[in-house]
Amino acid sequence: MALQDKYKELLDTAKTLGISNLQAREQDNVLYIDGEAPSGAAKDQLWNTYGKIDPDFRSADVVMNVNVSTMAPGVKVVVTTEKSNLNIRKGPGTDQPIIGKAAHHELVTLVSKTNDQWWLIRTDAGEEGYAFAQYLSPQN
Amino acid sequence: MKKQLTILLIFFMPWMLISSCKESDSKIQSAVEATLKDNKDVNGASASVKDGVVTLTGECNDEMSKSAVDSSVRKIKGVKDVINNCTIVTPQPSPAPVVIAEDDPLTKGVTDATKDYPSVNATVQDGVITLTGDIKKTDLPKLMMSLHTLKPKKIENKLTIK
Repeated sequence: MALQDKYKELLDTAKTLGISNLQAREQDNVLYIDGEAPSGAAKDQLWNTYGKIDPDFRSADVVMNVNVSTMAPGVKVVVTTEKSNLNIRKGPGTDQPIIGKAAHHELVTLVSKTNDQWWLIRTDAGEEGYAFAQYLSPQN
Repeated sequence: MKKQLTILLIFFMPWMLISSCKESDSKIQSAVEATLKDNKDVNGASASVKDGVVTLTGECNDEMSKSAVDSSVRKIKGVKDVINNCTIVTPQPSPAPVVIAEDDPLTKGVTDATKDYPSVNATVQDGVITLTGDIKKTDLPKLMMSLHTLKPKKIENKLTIK
């Protein structure tokens, strides 16, 4: 339970932010936090708190798998790359051929989530394929 | 006068004897409470006593501890009967163990996640992701958020932050 004490503020923040299906499990000296954030801002706030307790994430004692629940299939999501276009690929993986591009800040439709990393999207121009989930954010 | 006193004494003596033998409810109550206090068979137990009949409430882990509490209370002097209203708690299912990704899908996931950070090297061994190389401070949370969704055992961050 030592880690739950160390990261008490993080777990309290998760509760305050309304993270649903929140689970905190300690196993082999690692604290696994799972749940679904109600918004992208809530997820960011949670990560800020984590970064405050463990600066630069060096302790290797937390795995926090919290996704944003509003990003469900059917909704529009925004492409949040640094500045470049987002590759749309034939399959889920960077080894898959690029079949299209979505522009920076373009709104695309989330078709389905293949896994936590790769989501099937469709652009308004009708291009459909897999994109890296990290560069897709909920609309604010 | 003296005779009257003797009669009175004779009349009351048996009653005095009987009542001194009979344990008072409050005495039983404190004896029961002392028994329950350090009893591991029951949680949050309380007891009420009326005419030597003890009513128990509280939570027991199973039938065995419920009857164990019962018999330990029955042994207390003056207890005529025990009404055991202790409830049996159903144990909370212990949380499912954390599932760690196999190295193959994990390695593939890590390759994808680090693709846009060419100065980051990542290795995967028995579910542990080890990061070396360097990264911009602003990119670190983004990379971490992405790696944390891959169900690794843990992430050893040995990156130099620029």
